[in-house]
Amino acid sequence: MNRLLHYLSVTLAWLLGLVWLFPLIYAIWAATHPPEFATRFSLFAPLTMQNFYEAWDQAPFLRYMLNTIAITTMILAGQLVLCTLAAYALARMEFTGRGIIFALVLMQLMVVPEILIVENYQTLAGLNLIDTYWGVALPYFASAFGIFLLRQTFKTVPEDLENAARIEGCSVLAIIWKVYVPLAKPTYLAFSLVSISYHWNNFLWPLVVTNTEKSRPLTVGMSIFGAPESGVDWSIISAGTLISVGPLLVLFILFQRQFVQSFMQAGIK
Amino acid sequence: MQPTRQIQAWLLLLPALCLLVAFTHYPVIKTIVRSFFGFGTRWESQATLENYRYLLEDEVLMQVLYNSFLYAAITVPVSIVLAIAMALWVNSKMAGKGILRTAYFTPTVLPMISVANIWLFFYSPEIGLLNKLLGLVGHGGINWLGDPEVALYSLMAMTIWKEAGFFMIFYLAALQTIDSNLYHAAAIENANKWTVFRRITFPLLMPTTLFVLVNALLNAFKLVDHLFILTKGGPNNASNLLLYYIFENAFSFFDTAYAAALTVLMLVILVVLALLQFGVIEKRVHYR
Repeated sequence: MNRLLHYLSVTLAWLLGLVWLFPLIYAIWAATHPPEFATRFSLFAPLTMQNFYEAWDQAPFLRYMLNTIAITTMILAGQLVLCTLAAYALARMEFTGRGIIFALVLMQLMVVPEILIVENYQTLAGLNLIDTYWGVALPYFASAFGIFLLRQTFKTVPEDLENAARIEGCSVLAIIWKVYVPLAKPTYLAFSLVSISYHWNNFLWPLVVTNTEKSRPLTVGMSIFGAPESGVDWSIISAGTLISVGPLLVLFILFQRQFVQSFMQAGIK
Repeated sequence: MQPTRQIQAWLLLLPALCLLVAFTHYPVIKTIVRSFFGFGTRWESQATLENYRYLLEDEVLMQVLYNSFLYAAITVPVSIVLAIAMALWVNSKMAGKGILRTAYFTPTVLPMISVANIWLFFYSPEIGLLNKLLGLVGHGGINWLGDPEVALYSLMAMTIWKEAGFFMIFYLAALQTIDSNLYHAAAIENANKWTVFRRITFPLLMPTTLFVLVNALLNAFKLVDHLFILTKGGPNNASNLLLYYIFENAFSFFDTAYAAALTVLMLVILVVLALLQFGVIEKRVHYR
Protein backbone atom coordinates (compact mmCIF):
# COMPACT_ATOMS: atom_id res chain seq x y z
CA MET A 1 0.00 0.00 0.00
CA ASN A 2 2.71 2.44 1.02
CA ARG A 3 4.80 1.41 -1.98
CA LEU A 4 1.85 1.95 -4.27
CA LEU A 5 1.29 5.43 -2.85
CA HIS A 6 4.96 6.17 -3.30
CA TYR A 7 4.90 5.23 -6.99
CA LEU A 8 1.70 7.17 -7.48
CA SER A 9 3.30 10.24 -5.97
CA VAL A 10 6.42 9.89 -8.12
CA THR A 11 4.29 9.51 -11.25
CA LEU A 12 2.27 12.58 -10.36
CA ALA A 13 5.42 14.59 -9.76
CA TRP A 14 6.80 13.77 -13.21
CA LEU A 15 3.45 14.25 -14.90
CA LEU A 16 3.21 17.72 -13.42
CA GLY A 17 6.79 18.44 -14.46
CA LEU A 18 5.94 17.39 -17.99
CA VAL A 19 2.84 19.60 -18.08
CA TRP A 20 4.89 22.51 -16.75
CA LEU A 21 7.55 22.09 -19.43
CA PHE A 22 5.11 21.24 -22.18
CA PRO A 23 4.56 24.71 -23.67
CA LEU A 24 8.31 25.08 -24.06
CA ILE A 25 8.74 21.58 -25.46
CA TYR A 26 5.92 22.21 -27.90
CA ALA A 27 7.42 25.53 -28.99
CA ILE A 28 10.75 23.84 -29.69
CA TRP A 29 9.00 21.09 -31.67
CA ALA A 30 6.89 23.46 -33.76
CA ALA A 31 9.75 25.86 -34.39
CA THR A 32 12.17 23.23 -35.63
CA HIS A 33 9.80 21.39 -37.98
CA PRO A 34 7.93 22.39 -41.16
CA PRO A 35 4.50 24.05 -40.61
CA GLU A 36 2.55 20.90 -41.55
CA PHE A 37 3.94 19.25 -38.40
CA ALA A 38 2.84 22.07 -36.08
CA THR A 39 -0.28 20.12 -35.16
CA ARG A 40 0.94 16.63 -35.91
CA PHE A 41 3.59 14.59 -34.20
CA SER A 42 5.84 12.32 -36.20
CA LEU A 43 9.16 10.84 -35.25
CA PHE A 44 10.40 11.22 -38.81
CA ALA A 45 9.44 14.83 -39.34
CA PRO A 46 12.34 16.62 -41.01
CA LEU A 47 14.23 19.22 -38.99
CA THR A 48 14.37 22.75 -40.35
CA MET A 49 15.61 26.19 -39.40
CA GLN A 50 13.30 27.85 -41.92
CA ASN A 51 10.80 29.05 -39.28
CA PHE A 52 13.52 30.94 -37.47
CA TYR A 53 14.62 32.68 -40.68
CA GLU A 54 11.05 33.66 -41.51
CA ALA A 55 10.27 34.89 -38.00
CA TRP A 56 13.47 36.86 -38.04
CA ASP A 57 12.43 38.50 -41.33
CA GLN A 58 8.91 39.32 -40.19
CA ALA A 59 9.80 41.34 -37.13
CA PRO A 60 12.79 43.50 -36.21
CA PHE A 61 13.90 41.07 -33.50
CA LEU A 62 17.44 42.35 -33.41
CA ARG A 63 16.20 45.86 -32.70
CA TYR A 64 13.71 44.61 -30.07
CA MET A 65 16.41 42.57 -28.41
CA LEU A 66 18.83 45.47 -28.32
CA ASN A 67 16.06 47.60 -26.83
CA THR A 68 15.31 44.99 -24.16
CA ILE A 69 18.98 44.58 -23.32
CA ALA A 70 19.51 48.35 -23.16
CA ILE A 71 16.44 48.92 -20.98
CA THR A 72 17.18 46.00 -18.64
CA THR A 73 20.78 47.12 -18.25
CA MET A 74 19.83 50.74 -17.64
CA ILE A 75 17.29 49.78 -14.99
CA LEU A 76 19.69 47.42 -13.23
CA ALA A 77 22.53 49.95 -13.23
CA GLY A 78 20.27 52.70 -11.93
CA GLN A 79 18.82 50.43 -9.27
CA LEU A 80 22.18 49.21 -8.03
CA VAL A 81 23.54 52.71 -7.53
CA LEU A 82 20.43 54.38 -6.10
CA CYS A 83 19.43 51.48 -3.88
CA THR A 84 22.92 51.04 -2.46
CA LEU A 85 23.14 54.69 -1.40
CA ALA A 86 19.64 54.76 0.04
CA ALA A 87 20.02 51.38 1.75
CA TYR A 88 23.23 52.48 3.50
CA ALA A 89 21.59 55.66 4.77
CA LEU A 90 18.61 53.71 6.07
CA ALA A 91 20.72 50.93 7.59
CA ARG A 92 23.57 52.78 9.22
CA MET A 93 22.88 56.50 9.55
CA GLU A 94 20.69 58.10 12.12
CA PHE A 95 18.73 61.07 10.98
CA THR A 96 15.45 62.73 11.79
CA GLY A 97 12.51 61.13 10.02
CA ARG A 98 14.19 57.83 9.22
CA GLY A 99 11.15 55.80 10.20
CA ILE A 100 8.84 57.83 8.00
CA ILE A 101 11.20 57.65 5.03
CA PHE A 102 11.49 53.89 5.40
CA ALA A 103 7.71 53.58 5.50
CA LEU A 104 7.44 55.72 2.35
CA VAL A 105 9.91 53.40 0.64
CA LEU A 106 8.04 50.27 1.70
CA MET A 107 4.84 51.70 0.27
CA GLN A 108 6.18 51.03 -3.21
CA LEU A 109 6.28 47.29 -2.47
CA MET A 110 2.49 47.32 -2.65
CA VAL A 111 1.83 50.14 -5.09
CA VAL A 112 4.07 49.11 -7.96
CA PRO A 113 4.50 51.53 -10.90
CA GLU A 114 2.34 49.34 -13.18
CA ILE A 115 -0.80 50.32 -11.30
CA LEU A 116 -0.13 54.00 -11.79
CA ILE A 117 0.20 53.80 -15.58
CA VAL A 118 -2.27 56.63 -16.15
CA GLU A 119 -0.45 59.33 -14.16
CA ASN A 120 3.04 58.08 -14.89
CA TYR A 121 2.26 58.30 -18.58
CA GLN A 122 1.23 61.93 -18.10
CA THR A 123 4.42 62.67 -16.16
CA LEU A 124 6.66 61.17 -18.83
CA ALA A 125 4.72 62.88 -21.60
CA GLY A 126 5.38 66.14 -19.74
CA LEU A 127 9.08 65.31 -19.67
CA ASN A 128 9.03 64.45 -23.38
CA LEU A 129 10.25 60.94 -22.63
CA ILE A 130 7.52 58.91 -24.35
CA ASP A 131 8.99 56.28 -26.67
CA THR A 132 12.49 56.45 -25.19
CA TYR A 133 14.58 54.04 -23.11
CA TRP A 134 14.51 56.57 -20.28
CA GLY A 135 10.74 56.58 -20.36
CA VAL A 136 10.58 52.83 -19.85
CA ALA A 137 13.36 52.75 -17.27
CA LEU A 138 12.94 55.79 -15.00
CA PRO A 139 9.93 54.65 -12.93
CA TYR A 140 11.86 51.53 -11.88
CA PHE A 141 15.16 53.11 -10.81
CA ALA A 142 14.21 53.58 -7.17
CA SER A 143 13.26 50.01 -6.30
CA ALA A 144 11.79 49.64 -2.82
CA PHE A 145 12.53 45.94 -3.03
CA GLY A 146 16.21 46.61 -3.76
CA ILE A 147 16.50 49.18 -0.98
CA PHE A 148 14.85 46.85 1.50
CA LEU A 149 16.96 43.84 0.51
CA LEU A 150 20.25 45.74 0.70
CA ARG A 151 19.30 47.46 3.95
CA GLN A 152 18.72 44.07 5.58
CA THR A 153 22.10 42.86 4.31
CA PHE A 154 24.01 46.01 5.30
CA LYS A 155 22.66 45.68 8.82
CA THR A 156 24.50 42.38 9.22
CA VAL A 157 27.89 43.96 8.42
CA PRO A 158 29.90 44.33 11.67
CA GLU A 159 30.16 47.98 12.64
CA ASP A 160 33.81 47.50 13.67
CA LEU A 161 34.73 47.18 10.00
CA GLU A 162 33.16 50.52 9.26
CA ASN A 163 34.86 52.16 12.24
CA ALA A 164 38.22 50.78 11.16
CA ALA A 165 37.72 52.16 7.67
CA ARG A 166 36.78 55.54 9.13
CA ILE A 167 39.93 55.66 11.25
CA GLU A 168 41.88 54.98 8.06
CA GLY A 169 40.31 58.17 6.73
CA CYS A 170 37.74 56.73 4.34
CA SER A 171 34.85 58.94 3.28
CA VAL A 172 31.27 57.70 3.45
CA LEU A 173 31.24 56.77 -0.23
CA ALA A 174 34.55 54.95 0.15
CA ILE A 175 33.20 53.05 3.15
CA ILE A 176 30.15 51.96 1.16
CA TRP A 177 32.28 50.96 -1.82
CA LYS A 178 35.10 49.19 0.07
CA VAL A 179 33.32 47.69 3.07
CA TYR A 180 29.63 47.22 2.36
CA VAL A 181 29.46 46.45 -1.34
CA PRO A 182 32.00 43.57 -1.29
CA LEU A 183 30.32 41.97 1.72
CA ALA A 184 26.88 42.14 0.11
CA LYS A 185 27.89 40.40 -3.14
CA PRO A 186 25.42 37.49 -2.81
CA THR A 187 22.58 39.95 -2.25
CA TYR A 188 23.63 41.94 -5.30
CA LEU A 189 23.65 38.77 -7.39
CA ALA A 190 20.24 37.74 -6.07
CA PHE A 191 18.73 41.15 -6.67
CA SER A 192 20.26 41.42 -10.14
CA LEU A 193 18.87 38.10 -11.34
CA VAL A 194 15.40 38.90 -10.01
CA SER A 195 15.52 42.37 -11.55
CA ILE A 196 16.77 41.14 -14.93
CA SER A 197 14.09 38.48 -15.25
CA TYR A 198 11.41 40.90 -14.09
CA HIS A 199 12.29 43.60 -16.58
CA TRP A 200 13.09 41.28 -19.46
CA ASN A 201 9.52 39.99 -19.05
CA ASN A 202 7.80 43.26 -18.17
CA PHE A 203 5.02 44.19 -20.55
CA LEU A 204 2.27 46.58 -19.45
CA TRP A 205 4.36 49.68 -18.75
CA PRO A 206 6.57 49.34 -21.86
CA LEU A 207 3.40 48.82 -23.92
CA VAL A 208 1.98 52.09 -22.61
CA VAL A 209 5.12 54.15 -22.96
CA THR A 210 6.58 52.97 -26.30
CA ASN A 211 5.15 53.65 -29.75
CA THR A 212 7.70 52.58 -32.30
CA GLU A 213 10.39 49.98 -32.73
CA LYS A 214 12.87 52.65 -31.72
CA SER A 215 12.30 51.79 -28.06
CA ARG A 216 9.90 48.84 -28.08
CA PRO A 217 11.19 45.85 -26.08
CA LEU A 218 10.79 42.19 -27.04
CA THR A 219 7.64 41.60 -25.01
CA VAL A 220 5.77 44.44 -26.71
CA GLY A 221 7.17 43.36 -30.06
CA MET A 222 5.94 39.82 -29.44
CA SER A 223 2.43 41.01 -28.64
CA ILE A 224 2.22 42.62 -32.07
CA PHE A 225 3.98 39.74 -33.79
CA GLY A 226 1.58 37.18 -32.34
CA ALA A 227 -1.60 39.13 -33.05
CA PRO A 228 -3.89 36.98 -35.21
CA GLU A 229 -4.42 39.88 -37.63
CA SER A 230 -0.81 39.62 -38.71
CA GLY A 231 -1.62 36.13 -40.01
CA VAL A 232 1.54 34.38 -38.89
CA ASP A 233 1.41 30.62 -38.61
CA TRP A 234 2.11 28.67 -35.42
CA SER A 235 5.52 27.39 -36.43
CA ILE A 236 6.72 30.92 -37.05
CA ILE A 237 5.13 32.22 -33.85
CA SER A 238 6.88 29.43 -31.95
CA ALA A 239 10.18 30.33 -33.55
CA GLY A 240 9.61 33.99 -32.67
CA THR A 241 8.76 33.05 -29.10
CA LEU A 242 11.95 31.02 -28.79
CA ILE A 243 13.98 33.90 -30.21
CA SER A 244 12.45 36.25 -27.64
CA VAL A 245 12.96 33.99 -24.62
CA GLY A 246 16.25 32.51 -25.85
CA PRO A 247 18.79 34.77 -24.16
CA LEU A 248 17.00 34.69 -20.82
CA LEU A 249 16.52 30.93 -21.05
CA VAL A 250 20.21 30.38 -21.75
CA LEU A 251 21.05 32.61 -18.80
CA PHE A 252 18.64 30.63 -16.65
CA ILE A 253 20.06 27.26 -17.66
CA LEU A 254 23.65 28.42 -17.10
CA PHE A 255 22.92 30.01 -13.71
CA GLN A 256 20.10 27.70 -12.69
CA ARG A 257 21.23 27.19 -9.13
CA GLN A 258 21.88 30.89 -8.58
CA PHE A 259 18.51 31.77 -10.09
CA VAL A 260 16.60 29.50 -7.75
CA GLN A 261 18.65 30.55 -4.74
CA SER A 262 18.32 34.22 -5.67
CA PHE A 263 14.56 34.07 -5.83
CA MET A 264 14.59 32.14 -2.56
CA GLN A 265 16.85 34.65 -0.82
CA ALA A 266 14.94 37.58 -2.24
CA GLY A 267 11.73 36.05 -1.00
CA ILE A 268 12.63 35.26 2.59
CA LYS A 269 14.44 38.46 3.41
CA MET B 1 24.47 62.81 15.72
CA GLN B 2 26.43 65.60 14.09
CA PRO B 3 24.64 67.78 11.54
CA THR B 4 27.08 66.77 8.79
CA ARG B 5 25.98 63.12 9.18
CA GLN B 6 22.37 64.26 8.85
CA ILE B 7 23.13 66.11 5.64
CA GLN B 8 25.13 63.17 4.32
CA ALA B 9 22.24 60.81 5.01
CA TRP B 10 19.80 63.00 3.12
CA LEU B 11 22.21 63.39 0.21
CA LEU B 12 22.55 59.61 -0.06
CA LEU B 13 18.78 59.22 0.01
CA LEU B 14 18.00 62.09 -2.31
CA PRO B 15 18.25 60.44 -5.75
CA ALA B 16 16.22 57.38 -4.80
CA LEU B 17 13.73 59.44 -2.85
CA CYS B 18 13.12 61.90 -5.69
CA LEU B 19 12.32 59.13 -8.15
CA LEU B 20 10.26 57.24 -5.61
CA VAL B 21 8.15 60.30 -4.93
CA ALA B 22 7.92 61.19 -8.62
CA PHE B 23 6.69 57.76 -9.72
CA THR B 24 4.85 56.42 -6.68
CA HIS B 25 3.66 59.04 -4.21
CA TYR B 26 3.02 61.94 -6.56
CA PRO B 27 0.98 59.82 -9.02
CA VAL B 28 -1.04 58.35 -6.16
CA ILE B 29 -2.00 61.83 -4.99
CA LYS B 30 -2.63 63.04 -8.52
CA THR B 31 -4.82 60.01 -9.22
CA ILE B 32 -6.97 60.85 -6.22
CA VAL B 33 -7.19 64.52 -7.22
CA ARG B 34 -8.02 63.64 -10.81
CA SER B 35 -10.75 61.24 -9.74
CA PHE B 36 -12.54 64.25 -8.17
CA PHE B 37 -11.58 67.04 -10.56
CA GLY B 38 -11.25 65.25 -13.87
CA PHE B 39 -13.78 64.81 -16.60
CA GLY B 40 -12.68 62.68 -19.55
CA THR B 41 -9.20 63.95 -20.28
CA ARG B 42 -10.00 67.49 -19.08
CA TRP B 43 -9.89 69.16 -15.67
CA GLU B 44 -12.87 70.78 -13.99
CA SER B 45 -12.55 73.75 -11.68
CA GLN B 46 -14.89 72.22 -9.12
CA ALA B 47 -14.75 68.90 -7.38
CA THR B 48 -17.38 66.44 -8.50
CA LEU B 49 -18.41 62.95 -7.53
CA GLU B 50 -19.42 62.24 -11.11
CA ASN B 51 -16.64 59.70 -11.70
CA TYR B 52 -17.54 57.81 -8.53
CA ARG B 53 -21.23 57.94 -9.33
CA TYR B 54 -20.44 56.33 -12.66
CA LEU B 55 -18.29 53.79 -10.83
CA LEU B 56 -21.33 52.61 -8.88
CA GLU B 57 -23.54 52.49 -11.97
CA ASP B 58 -21.03 50.81 -14.26
CA GLU B 59 -22.27 47.29 -14.89
CA VAL B 60 -19.09 46.32 -16.70
CA LEU B 61 -17.15 47.23 -13.55
CA MET B 62 -19.34 44.92 -11.47
CA GLN B 63 -18.52 42.13 -13.92
CA VAL B 64 -14.83 43.06 -13.81
CA LEU B 65 -14.73 43.07 -10.00
CA TYR B 66 -16.56 39.76 -9.83
CA ASN B 67 -14.05 38.34 -12.35
CA SER B 68 -11.08 39.74 -10.43
CA PHE B 69 -12.17 38.27 -7.11
CA LEU B 70 -13.09 34.92 -8.64
CA TYR B 71 -9.75 34.93 -10.45
CA ALA B 72 -7.93 35.52 -7.15
CA ALA B 73 -10.14 33.11 -5.19
CA ILE B 74 -9.30 30.22 -7.53
CA THR B 75 -5.76 30.86 -8.78
CA VAL B 76 -4.32 31.65 -5.34
CA PRO B 77 -5.32 28.49 -3.41
CA VAL B 78 -4.69 26.16 -6.35
CA SER B 79 -1.23 27.66 -6.94
CA ILE B 80 -0.43 27.34 -3.23
CA VAL B 81 -1.49 23.69 -2.99
CA LEU B 82 0.51 22.86 -6.11
CA ALA B 83 3.47 24.84 -4.80
CA ILE B 84 3.48 22.86 -1.54
CA ALA B 85 3.28 19.56 -3.44
CA MET B 86 6.11 20.64 -5.74
CA ALA B 87 8.27 21.73 -2.85
CA LEU B 88 7.71 18.43 -1.03
CA TRP B 89 8.65 16.46 -4.14
CA VAL B 90 11.71 18.52 -4.92
CA ASN B 91 12.81 18.36 -1.28
CA SER B 92 12.40 14.56 -1.08
CA LYS B 93 15.01 11.94 -1.92
CA MET B 94 13.40 11.29 -5.30
CA ALA B 95 15.73 10.59 -8.22
CA GLY B 96 15.91 13.40 -10.75
CA LYS B 97 14.56 16.03 -8.40
CA GLY B 98 16.97 18.60 -9.87
CA ILE B 99 15.30 18.20 -13.26
CA LEU B 100 11.87 18.49 -11.66
CA ARG B 101 12.86 21.67 -9.84
CA THR B 102 13.95 23.21 -13.14
CA ALA B 103 10.77 22.08 -14.87
CA TYR B 104 8.54 23.62 -12.20
CA PHE B 105 10.53 26.82 -12.04
CA THR B 106 10.92 27.46 -15.79
CA PRO B 107 7.57 29.26 -16.32
CA THR B 108 8.66 31.84 -13.73
CA VAL B 109 11.52 33.06 -15.90
CA LEU B 110 9.62 33.01 -19.21
CA PRO B 111 7.85 36.19 -20.32
CA MET B 112 4.09 35.84 -19.90
CA ILE B 113 3.52 37.58 -23.21
CA SER B 114 5.67 35.21 -25.24
CA VAL B 115 4.31 32.01 -23.73
CA ALA B 116 0.77 33.32 -24.04
CA ASN B 117 1.24 32.91 -27.79
CA ILE B 118 1.91 29.20 -27.25
CA TRP B 119 -1.10 28.89 -24.96
CA LEU B 120 -3.18 30.66 -27.61
CA PHE B 121 -2.36 27.77 -29.89
CA PHE B 122 -3.34 25.18 -27.24
CA TYR B 123 -6.67 26.94 -26.82
CA SER B 124 -7.49 27.70 -30.46
CA PRO B 125 -10.82 26.20 -31.54
CA GLU B 126 -10.13 24.23 -34.74
CA ILE B 127 -6.57 23.04 -34.74
CA GLY B 128 -5.77 23.73 -31.07
CA LEU B 129 -4.04 21.02 -29.11
CA LEU B 130 -6.60 20.75 -26.32
CA ASN B 131 -9.49 20.28 -28.72
CA LYS B 132 -7.48 17.73 -30.70
CA LEU B 133 -7.01 15.77 -27.48
CA LEU B 134 -10.73 16.06 -26.75
CA GLY B 135 -11.38 14.90 -30.31
CA LEU B 136 -9.46 11.71 -29.57
CA VAL B 137 -12.00 10.75 -26.92
CA GLY B 138 -14.88 11.74 -29.19
CA HIS B 139 -15.67 15.11 -27.63
CA GLY B 140 -16.71 17.90 -29.99
CA GLY B 141 -14.32 20.42 -28.44
CA ILE B 142 -14.67 23.49 -26.26
CA ASN B 143 -14.36 27.10 -27.29
CA TRP B 144 -11.74 27.80 -24.61
CA LEU B 145 -11.38 31.52 -25.16
CA GLY B 146 -14.60 32.36 -27.00
CA ASP B 147 -17.13 30.88 -24.59
CA PRO B 148 -17.98 33.43 -21.86
CA GLU B 149 -18.46 30.58 -19.37
CA VAL B 150 -14.99 29.15 -20.00
CA ALA B 151 -12.71 32.06 -21.00
CA LEU B 152 -11.87 33.23 -17.47
CA TYR B 153 -11.01 29.69 -16.39
CA SER B 154 -8.72 29.28 -19.38
CA LEU B 155 -6.86 32.39 -18.22
CA MET B 156 -6.69 31.00 -14.68
CA ALA B 157 -5.06 27.79 -15.90
CA MET B 158 -2.25 29.77 -17.47
CA THR B 159 -1.84 31.94 -14.38
CA ILE B 160 -1.54 28.88 -12.14
CA TRP B 161 1.02 27.39 -14.52
CA LYS B 162 3.01 30.62 -14.35
CA GLU B 163 2.82 31.14 -10.56
CA ALA B 164 3.00 27.76 -8.82
CA GLY B 165 6.70 27.21 -9.49
CA PHE B 166 7.50 30.67 -8.19
CA PHE B 167 5.72 30.01 -4.89
CA MET B 168 7.40 26.60 -4.68
CA ILE B 169 10.68 28.42 -4.11
CA PHE B 170 9.44 29.97 -0.85
CA TYR B 171 8.19 26.62 0.43
CA LEU B 172 11.45 24.98 -0.55
CA ALA B 173 13.33 27.55 1.51
CA ALA B 174 10.99 26.96 4.45
CA LEU B 175 11.22 23.16 4.24
CA GLN B 176 14.98 23.31 4.44
CA THR B 177 14.81 25.11 7.79
CA ILE B 178 12.63 22.48 9.48
CA ASP B 179 14.57 20.63 12.18
CA SER B 180 15.11 17.04 11.00
CA ASN B 181 14.92 15.83 14.62
CA LEU B 182 11.19 16.34 14.44
CA TYR B 183 11.02 13.82 11.60
CA HIS B 184 13.27 11.38 13.48
CA ALA B 185 10.95 11.61 16.46
CA ALA B 186 7.95 10.99 14.24
CA ALA B 187 9.67 7.95 12.73
CA ILE B 188 10.26 6.51 16.19
CA GLU B 189 6.56 6.98 16.93
CA ASN B 190 5.82 5.15 13.66
CA ALA B 191 3.72 8.02 12.37
CA ASN B 192 2.55 7.64 8.78
CA LYS B 193 3.38 10.17 6.09
CA TRP B 194 0.05 11.93 6.13
CA THR B 195 0.21 12.41 9.91
CA VAL B 196 3.77 13.73 9.63
CA PHE B 197 2.65 16.22 7.02
CA ARG B 198 -0.47 17.27 8.91
CA ARG B 199 1.15 17.52 12.35
CA ILE B 200 4.70 18.69 11.58
CA THR B 201 5.33 19.96 8.08
CA PHE B 202 2.13 21.85 7.41
CA PRO B 203 2.00 23.77 10.72
CA LEU B 204 5.64 24.75 10.35
CA LEU B 205 4.97 25.98 6.81
CA MET B 206 2.13 28.17 8.05
CA PRO B 207 4.13 31.44 8.22
CA THR B 208 5.30 30.83 4.63
CA THR B 209 1.75 30.11 3.55
CA LEU B 210 0.53 33.40 4.98
CA PHE B 211 3.37 35.27 3.32
CA VAL B 212 2.80 33.57 -0.03
CA LEU B 213 -0.95 34.05 0.29
CA VAL B 214 -0.76 37.81 0.52
CA ASN B 215 1.83 38.07 -2.25
CA ALA B 216 -0.24 35.80 -4.45
CA LEU B 217 -3.31 37.95 -3.84
CA LEU B 218 -1.36 41.07 -4.80
CA ASN B 219 -0.11 39.31 -7.92
CA ALA B 220 -3.61 38.19 -8.84
CA PHE B 221 -4.58 41.84 -9.17
CA LYS B 222 -1.44 42.82 -11.06
CA LEU B 223 -1.04 39.94 -13.51
CA VAL B 224 -2.93 40.80 -16.69
CA ASP B 225 -0.31 40.44 -19.43
CA HIS B 226 -1.83 37.29 -20.90
CA LEU B 227 -5.19 39.03 -21.42
CA PHE B 228 -3.61 41.11 -24.16
CA ILE B 229 -2.87 37.97 -26.18
CA LEU B 230 -5.52 35.48 -25.15
CA THR B 231 -8.87 37.24 -24.75
CA LYS B 232 -8.49 41.03 -24.56
CA GLY B 233 -10.97 40.79 -21.69
CA GLY B 234 -13.64 39.25 -23.87
CA PRO B 235 -15.96 37.81 -24.93
CA ASN B 236 -18.17 40.67 -23.78
CA ASN B 237 -15.96 41.34 -20.70
CA ALA B 238 -16.38 37.77 -19.44
CA SER B 239 -12.65 37.58 -18.72
CA ASN B 240 -11.89 41.24 -18.06
CA LEU B 241 -9.85 42.04 -14.93
CA LEU B 242 -9.50 45.30 -13.00
CA LEU B 243 -6.04 46.40 -14.14
CA TYR B 244 -6.87 45.59 -17.76
CA TYR B 245 -10.10 47.56 -17.43
CA ILE B 246 -8.11 50.54 -16.13
CA PHE B 247 -5.81 50.25 -19.12
CA GLU B 248 -8.77 50.10 -21.51
CA ASN B 249 -10.41 53.17 -20.01
CA ALA B 250 -7.23 55.20 -20.06
CA PHE B 251 -5.70 54.19 -23.37
CA SER B 252 -8.55 52.84 -25.53
CA PHE B 253 -11.53 54.92 -24.40
CA PHE B 254 -9.40 57.94 -23.37
CA ASP B 255 -11.47 58.46 -20.23
CA THR B 256 -8.53 59.38 -18.01
CA ALA B 257 -10.69 60.64 -15.17
CA TYR B 258 -12.71 57.46 -14.91
CA ALA B 259 -9.50 55.44 -15.11
CA ALA B 260 -8.30 57.52 -12.14
CA ALA B 261 -11.40 56.63 -10.12
CA LEU B 262 -10.85 52.96 -10.99
CA THR B 263 -7.20 53.27 -9.94
CA VAL B 264 -8.32 54.66 -6.58
CA LEU B 265 -10.49 51.57 -6.18
CA MET B 266 -7.49 49.39 -7.02
CA LEU B 267 -5.34 51.31 -4.51
CA VAL B 268 -7.94 50.74 -1.79
CA ILE B 269 -7.86 47.00 -2.49
CA LEU B 270 -4.06 46.99 -2.42
CA VAL B 271 -3.92 48.99 0.81
CA VAL B 272 -6.25 46.52 2.50
CA LEU B 273 -4.02 43.68 1.30
CA ALA B 274 -0.94 45.61 2.42
CA LEU B 275 -2.31 46.12 5.93
CA LEU B 276 -3.03 42.41 6.02
CA GLN B 277 0.54 41.73 4.95
CA PHE B 278 2.07 43.99 7.57
CA GLY B 279 -0.02 42.31 10.23
CA VAL B 280 1.23 38.97 8.95
CA ILE B 281 4.89 39.85 8.51
CA GLU B 282 5.06 41.59 11.85
CA LYS B 283 4.18 38.30 13.50
CA ARG B 284 6.60 36.38 11.34
CA VAL B 285 9.88 38.27 11.38
CA HIS B 286 11.25 41.06 13.48
CA TYR B 287 12.64 43.92 11.49
CA ARG B 288 15.65 45.20 13.28
